[in-house]
Amino acid sequence: MSASDDQTTLTTDTAALAGELFAPGVGAQAGPPTTPAAGTGTAGDVSPGAHSHGGPAPTGSPAERFTSTDPDAFAVPTGREEEWRFTPMRRVRQLLNGAPSDAHLRWDTDLPEGVELTSVEADDPLLKGLPEPVDRLAALTRQRSNGAAVVRIATEAVLDRPVTLGLSGTGSQDVVWGQLVVEVGAFAKATVVLDHSGLAKYAGTVSFLIGDGAQLTVVSVQDWAAGTVHGTQFDAVVGRDATLKQVVVTLGGDLVRLVSNVQYAGPGGSVDLFGLYFADETQHQEHRLWVDHATPHCRSNVVYKGALQGENARTVWIGDVRIRPAAIGTDTYELNRNLVLTDGARADSVPNLEIETGEIIGAGHASATGRFDDEQLFYLCSRGIDAETARRLVVRGFFADVVQHIGVPALQERLMTAIERRLGALPELDEQPVEVA
Amino acid sequence: MTSPTATPTSTGTAGTSVLEIRDLHVTVGEGDEAKEILRGVDLTVRGGETHAIMGPNGSGKSTLAYSIAGHPKYTITGGTVTLDGEDVLTMTVDERARAGLFLAMQYPVEVPGVSVSNFLRTAATAITGEAPKLRTWVKDVRTEMEALEMDSVFAERNVNEGFSGGEKKRHEILQMRLLKPRIAILDETDSGLDVDALRVVSEGVNRAKADSPVGVLLITHYTRILRYIKPDYVHVFVNGRIVEEGGSELADKLENEGYAAYVKDSKETAKA
Ligand SMILES: Nc1ncnc2c1ncn2[C@@H]1O[C@H](COP(=O)(O)OP(=O)(O)OP(=O)(O)O)[C@@H](O)[C@H]1O
Ligand SMILES: [Mg+2]
Repeated sequence: MSASDDQTTLTTDTAALAGELFAPGVGAQAGPPTTPAAGTGTAGDVSPGAHSHGGPAPTGSPAERFTSTDPDAFAVPTGREEEWRFTPMRRVRQLLNGAPSDAHLRWDTDLPEGVELTSVEADDPLLKGLPEPVDRLAALTRQRSNGAAVVRIATEAVLDRPVTLGLSGTGSQDVVWGQLVVEVGAFAKATVVLDHSGLAKYAGTVSFLIGDGAQLTVVSVQDWAAGTVHGTQFDAVVGRDATLKQVVVTLGGDLVRLVSNVQYAGPGGSVDLFGLYFADETQHQEHRLWVDHATPHCRSNVVYKGALQGENARTVWIGDVRIRPAAIGTDTYELNRNLVLTDGARADSVPNLEIETGEIIGAGHASATGRFDDEQLFYLCSRGIDAETARRLVVRGFFADVVQHIGVPALQERLMTAIERRLGALPELDEQPVEVA
Repeated sequence: MTSPTATPTSTGTAGTSVLEIRDLHVTVGEGDEAKEILRGVDLTVRGGETHAIMGPNGSGKSTLAYSIAGHPKYTITGGTVTLDGEDVLTMTVDERARAGLFLAMQYPVEVPGVSVSNFLRTAATAITGEAPKLRTWVKDVRTEMEALEMDSVFAERNVNEGFSGGEKKRHEILQMRLLKPRIAILDETDSGLDVDALRVVSEGVNRAKADSPVGVLLITHYTRILRYIKPDYVHVFVNGRIVEEGGSELADKLENEGYAAYVKDSKETAKA
């Protein structure tokens, strides 16, 4: 079962993870362009004083990330740039080359008490203060969206149900350029669900401005119809002692490329970024994370899990975490797991940790890509469960772990059902029996 | 536990089962790396009988257990295994379980994201061919968990994830009780158990024996579990084969003298 890793670019030692989920020797991942702390391999842990791991040795200051609101400040992507090198350019050009348009997604909203939905003009000061685009697509979106929709959650509001924005594509050939700002007042507690569906060419930017002490859960579901091309830059600005939990679930669409950036506006911020993606042979799903620790005593935790089935199914996960000199007391961990269900699929996984101070609580990352664990399947089958049901149980469990963080039972159920439907279409199950000795 | 539901539900001929192992040879590893672990095992386990297999570390006891269960890591190079005359070796792993074989593993596997209750129900459905009636099922599970002194929260935890060694072994015996096999192989179920847990787990096995004529193949290092579960036969397993057989008095002899004599003998025959 480890014979078919030739579709991957680089094989690294996954021994540290083998016991947890994957059979040994099936690790496959693209290496990070810059090396993480010495000796960390694909599973790294850096804690102050732990010199055996190369210690908290700062990795030096990388170049600042370029940002701009001007699309022309970014070269037109060729596909060779670091941020575009994994993306199928033919597909993403449908967005990059798209003309300005008035096309919109259809909005179906459920706004609980304490929530206001308005819009602002392009020259509104609110938009000037947002984190800037990190690539040309986001800059184009900023320029062409003609202002933004704004969801305001009142200070100290504790919502009795989630804010739901059902955003569906209408099948228009024009690119939808959409900008959304979610402002969460201090000490408010809210869940916001962005539920994407339908057929669209959609370029979006979404900013979450989270007030001091607020607790925000954001769920973004990409349940697009086949043919959809979607790129969004998410930015979160996390206030002092505020909490953000983001759950990204990417199931549909031809191309989905999501960039999630996090910055902390004050100390004590706590962020969990959860993600789940499931790609089949027609799909490219790319999730790029950037967590910028520049203030002291903040926490971040990243868990992204993906499954791939079918020839040419393609996923990309980039996890950049930077701990700047001022960010003492930082605690960060990131994890990416990919389950390759059939031959010919490819998952790239690139964790990248830049540590510029040793005075941290912890920093680590782990990444593993592999097949089913034979031992888990054997255990289930030895209880009479047929191999196909056993695989289904394992994959279901793999994802349930992420879905449960959403905290909206009806949505969780809908997503698990959608995942199970996808598993029902597993093409090669019959050809992968658990062998009899 | 003498309810009618306690009768064996596996299909097959009426009466007691018989597992027959004949001249079984098994290797691990592939090609030049292949290493023969089992070197001609002969053993017959009938329903209602309890056989203890005792032997030193690395002698191949787990290999025997896994080979019968069908673990893909092991290659059968010779011999036969039948259950009530049916060829076990051509069955898939799950078919073996549905035919009535059960293996309580020495190192039970963690399955993240799959809850114990979901797992048990899926397994019971697979074994009996139909979903168990919800009300009686919940009661059966609860009753047996109580008997095994397992807190009910275990039902909602993920299979073996974060379980202590002793909790894993209780969970194995819980499965044995609920799946009602015809032949159960218990691979070092006693290891890692304190005295109380050993008693609780042994009582579980004894309840299974009282409920149905299950054949038990008890693999162990130590005689202490044999004080709770009385073996009808004791087999000394050294270097991939059974080197001596006897009644429970043989266990006492092993307790006093250890395996040294057998290991030495076996080395000499291996050289010869
Ligand atoms: N993949 C493998 N490659 C080579 N040798 C192996 C492999 N797996 C097991 N073995 C060897 O097979 C032999 C038998 O192992 P087995 O686990 O069956 O012993 P055991 O009697 O159950 O031991 P214990 O009492 O420690 O549980 C051991 O020497 C072990 O090292
Ligand atoms: Mg063993």
